Amino acid sequence: MSDKPKVAFYWCASCGGCEEAVVDLAEKILDVVGLIDIVLWPVAMDFKRKDIEAMADGSITASFINGAIRTTEQAEMAHLLRRKSQFVLAFGACAQLGGIPGLANFWNREEIFQTVYQETPTTNNPANTRPEQVSHDNGHTLTLPGFYNTVFTLAEVIDVDYYVPGCPPTPKMPADTVTTLLSGKLPPKGTVLAPDQALCEECPRKDSKPDKLLLKEYKRPHQVLIEEDKCLLAQGIICLGPATRAGCEARCIGGNMACTGCFGPTSRVLDYGAKAMSAIASIADSNDEREIEKILAKIPDPMGTFYRYSLPASLIPRKKTEVKANA
Amino acid sequence: MPELVQISSPVEEGPFEPRIVAFFCNWCTYLAADLAGTSRLKYAPNIRVIRVMCSGRVDPQFILDALAKGADGVLIGGCHPGDCHYQEGNYKAYRRVVVLKRMLHDWGIEEDRFRLEWISAAEGDKVRTVVNDMVEKVRALGPLKLGVPQEEFAEEMA
Repeated sequence: MSDKPKVAFYWCASCGGCEEAVVDLAEKILDVVGLIDIVLWPVAMDFKRKDIEAMADGSITASFINGAIRTTEQAEMAHLLRRKSQFVLAFGACAQLGGIPGLANFWNREEIFQTVYQETPTTNNPANTRPEQVSHDNGHTLTLPGFYNTVFTLAEVIDVDYYVPGCPPTPKMPADTVTTLLSGKLPPKGTVLAPDQALCEECPRKDSKPDKLLLKEYKRPHQVLIEEDKCLLAQGIICLGPATRAGCEARCIGGNMACTGCFGPTSRVLDYGAKAMSAIASIADSNDEREIEKILAKIPDPMGTFYRYSLPASLIPRKKTEVKANA
Repeated sequence: MPELVQISSPVEEGPFEPRIVAFFCNWCTYLAADLAGTSRLKYAPNIRVIRVMCSGRVDPQFILDALAKGADGVLIGGCHPGDCHYQEGNYKAYRRVVVLKRMLHDWGIEEDRFRLEWISAAEGDKVRTVVNDMVEKVRALGPLKLGVPQEEFAEEMA
């Protein structure tokens, strides 16, 4: 093998969209491969866990891990890659903040299994068979990863050096990140590799945002014919741009879609969802308590709206669990 | 099996005593609490008052942080509608609270653990009534004890 820097890609609880962000480099990936050796990339290349285990500790320059941590196998792979790598990057919203899979923290393992293996309309499971971590059949022993009660962010499980935000990160971000790591000019540990300002700052519709923004009605995208050059919030659409980190080149806005917050918070924010809710709710245009309630009732599913990508990273990362009887 | 105890929670002995974090506006409820004191009105000692310049200053992050760090309930006291020292800080507080209440419900946190009250500087007696009422309701609910998933994780990994 050459002495080019070694890079690993791995996926945990994610949809594969982050892998797309790398694949979307298209022919530019050849330039990247000219600079680095890929030693692990399950979605595209045939390397095995034992190949990584055989490598010396710290011999991988950087591991890009996407996805949240849902199973024991994902945690084991995260620990393995941490041991073998100089840098570990949480790649994408799920690894950074928990992402869409993190919304499962409104339920626990038992409730999820009950739904999946008992209650869905297409399930026929009279014996209530559940996956077992270890099962024996015909003299063979089969094992499956364990399923945690809670979805975790990557940083809750291993030490993370840098974060690449986004659902998914834009195609230029993996290339930029590799360039940054190879440049030797490293930002401080823990940095989120995107501008530390709100999306509104780089929004092409910025100039149409009124100085004082107040809403009599919150509208959902299907309820309004959206003007293509006017601030979405000013049109009544819930756009989380004011609370969300920039760096995505306002791609959703370019597609006439409101920001849903996948780049997460800026560095001054402790809890993304609380801050996003605060920004959106406080512009309800009324000083009458009943009317305020009526206006704000139009916000559908506030938890799903404001914590869409960040529940496991929030101050209260999961639904309240049953209180153990006077433990 | 390690016990799920939060770092900030003191070891509890004896019957449960609710800990309630109270954010009181400098211009009204804080003065009302003062008045309750000088008028020798007794109320339950379970609240820890934090003086803020306006109920509108209470960032929803403060409320979640208090609950996450071991408070059993959060009380906000602000000026009556129309009386805000900064014109409409209390309305902003109200707008956030309306949505936050729905969110707390989704988190499985009982309604009685979070309360916003308008209490003017002259209403020392209302401080007493509200605090006593809230303490009793939270006492009946028991400790909030939000789980600590990280500790649960360590347990599951073992």
